[in-house]
Amino acid sequence: MTTPNAIEIAGLTKRYGTLTAVDHITFEVWRGELFGLIGPDGAGKTTLFRLLTTLLDPDEGRATVDGLDIVTQYREIRKRVGYMPGRFSLYPDLSVAENLEFFAALFGVKVEANYDLIAPIYRQIEPFRKRRAGKLSGGMKQKLALCCALIHRPSVLFLDEPTTGVDAVSRGEFWDMLFNLKRQGISILVSTPYMDEACRCDRIALCDNGHLLGIDTPAGIVAQFDEPLYALSGSDMYGLLLEARRADGVKECYPFGASHHLVVAEGFDAEAFERQLRQRGFKAVTVEPVQAGIEDVFMKLMQR
Amino acid sequence: MRRTLLVLLEKEFRQFMRNAFMPKMVIVFPLLVMLVIPWVATMDVRHVGVSIVDNDHSEASRRIVEKIRSSDYFSLKSVTESYEAAYASLEEGDADVILSIPEHFERSLAGSSPRRIGVDVNGTNALKGALGSQYMVQIVRQALAELQQEQMPVVATDLFVVQNRYNPTLDYQHFMVPALMIILLVLICGFLPGINLVSEKEFGTIEQINVTPVSRFLFTLAKLIPYWIIGFVVLTLAMLLAWWVYGLVPAGSVGSVYLAAFFFILTMSGLGIIIANRSSTMQQTMFVMFFFIMIFVLMSGLLTPIESMPAWARAITYLLPPRYFVEVMRAVYLKGASIVELWPQYLALVGYAGLFNAVAALTYKKQS
Repeated sequence: MTTPNAIEIAGLTKRYGTLTAVDHITFEVWRGELFGLIGPDGAGKTTLFRLLTTLLDPDEGRATVDGLDIVTQYREIRKRVGYMPGRFSLYPDLSVAENLEFFAALFGVKVEANYDLIAPIYRQIEPFRKRRAGKLSGGMKQKLALCCALIHRPSVLFLDEPTTGVDAVSRGEFWDMLFNLKRQGISILVSTPYMDEACRCDRIALCDNGHLLGIDTPAGIVAQFDEPLYALSGSDMYGLLLEARRADGVKECYPFGASHHLVVAEGFDAEAFERQLRQRGFKAVTVEPVQAGIEDVFMKLMQR
Repeated sequence: MRRTLLVLLEKEFRQFMRNAFMPKMVIVFPLLVMLVIPWVATMDVRHVGVSIVDNDHSEASRRIVEKIRSSDYFSLKSVTESYEAAYASLEEGDADVILSIPEHFERSLAGSSPRRIGVDVNGTNALKGALGSQYMVQIVRQALAELQQEQMPVVATDLFVVQNRYNPTLDYQHFMVPALMIILLVLICGFLPGINLVSEKEFGTIEQINVTPVSRFLFTLAKLIPYWIIGFVVLTLAMLLAWWVYGLVPAGSVGSVYLAAFFFILTMSGLGIIIANRSSTMQQTMFVMFFFIMIFVLMSGLLTPIESMPAWARAITYLLPPRYFVEVMRAVYLKGASIVELWPQYLALVGYAGLFNAVAALTYKKQS
C-alpha cells in the first residue's frame, strides 16, 4: 500500500457571495515536504487553510489531508493535524504552561509524551512558563502557538502566516524550527507574504486572487524568468522610475527594495541607457544586470 | 469524554477566578439587588403633594384639611383661597393634587343639591395621579362621614370587610423580592454564558478549539455548568437575604422553588447560547440580550400584572418563559402552592428548556 500524499487538492473552490476566494485550485503536498503558499494579502491563503483544517466546507472540488476527505472525515482530520491560525488564538489569561497542558489534554495526550518534539522550541519559552500568554512578546507567542499546535504530534502541520509581525531574527529562528520538524517527518504547509522566506521551502505555490500562478521548487520558479533583468538606482528614484517607463527597450519597470527592476527587450544596451540618463541630469545612476528573484517571477506572472 | 469535560471545566473555572471582575460581581451584584431595590422600587404611592383651596372656612373644610394633614399618603403643601396660587404650585411640581372646596360648601350639604368639591390631578405620572385622586376621594368621603355621624349619631354600619390574602399587609417588597430573584437568574444564567461564549469568538480562541477533536456539545456544556452552579449559589443567597432582611420565606416548599429554578436556568442559558451562536461580537450579543431582558422584565408579569395588559400582549406573554417562572415563584412564595397545582407552569418550563437547548445545539457550528 502506498502512503497517500499529505495533502491532495482537486478543483477546490470557495465563494463568499460574488467573491471567489479560492478558485478551482489543484495541487498536492508530498509527505515530509515543507510547502510554501506565497501570495499577497487577499490571495485566498487563509481561506484555503480554513478549508483544509475543516473549518469551512468547500463549494466545489475535493481535498484530502493525510488521505482523509475534508468533508466526510473531518473528525478524524482534527485528530491528526496541527493548525496555527494567523491571529494569536491561545488563551491570554492562561499561563504558558497551562495553555500547553490544556491543548495536550484536549487531544488526550500528556505533555511529557511528545516533549521531545517540542523541546527545542519550548526550551526557549520555558523560563516564562508561569507568565500569562497574553503578556508574551510577539516572537514568544508564535513559539508557544507552535508548541500547542505540535503537542499531539500531528502528521500535517498548517501554519498561516506564522511570521507576520515577528522581527527578522525571530523569523530566521522560526524557519530553522520548521526545518527541524520537517526532518522528523511532519509535512508542513506554510503561508507567507514574504518572498525571501519562500526560498526556505521545498516547493512553493504562488497564488493571487484565488488562483494559483505556478508551482515549483524555489529554484524552478526563479528559472521561469527567462528575460534579461537589470537593477536601476540613483538619487531621484521616482524620476528614474518615470523616465525608465518611457524609455525604448524597457518592457517593464517596478520598484524593488532600494532599486528599480527593469525587464528589457533583446538588444538592450545598459551602458547607453545609463549615459542617456546622466545626460538628462540624473545623478549617481547605475544600471546593472541582476539575478531574478521569486518576486520578479511573481510580478511577471501577475501581469498576465 | 468525562476527562475532557473535566479539563474544559478546570479551564473555565480558572479563567473565571482569574478575571478581575467576575467573581466579585457574582457576589456583590445579588447583594446590591436584594438589599437596595426592594426599598426603592416600590409602586406604593405615598407623600402625594396636596394644595387645598379653601373658600368655605367651615367645620367641614377644616376637618378635611386636618384629615389630609395627618395622612401618610399625602403631604400638605399649602392651604390658600386662590385657585391660581394652587395651580401655580401644581405647575411648579410642588403639588400633585389640588382640592378646591367651594364657598358655602358645608351649608349646601344640608340642602338637596350640595355643591361639588373639585379635584385637579397632575397626570404626568399616571399611576401617581390615578391613585392620588382615588385616595383623595376616599379621604374626603371619610372626613364627611365622620362629621355627619357626630352631628346626628346613627348606628355605625361598616359595609365592607377587606382582607388581603397571601400578603396581609399588602407589602410591596413581598411582591418584588421573588421578581428580583428571577431577574438575577436571567442575567447570570442567560447573559453571562452568552457573553463568555462570544468572547471566545472575539479573541479568536474558538479557532484553535475548533480544530481539536473536542465536540461542540462538550465545549458548550463546559461553558454552561459553571453558570448553573453560580445561578444556584446566587438563588440560595437571594433566598437567605429575603428571609433575613424581609422575613420572607416560601410558604410552599423550597424544593418547588429549586425545581422550577433548575428548568428556568436551563431555558435561559439555552437562550444565551442561541444569541451567542448568532452573533460575532460581544456588542451584538449585548444589544440582543438587552432587548430580551427588557421584554422579560416588562412583559412577564414581573412588575405589572399580565391580566391588565391588552389581549394581544397577553397572548405574547405565553411565549415568554419567565412568565411561568414568575407564576411559580409568586404562588410558591406567597400562596404556598406546590407542583400539584402548578404542573402546567412546570410543564411549560420543561418544554421551553428542551426547545431552546435543541435550537442552541442546532445553531452551533464548528465550521463557520
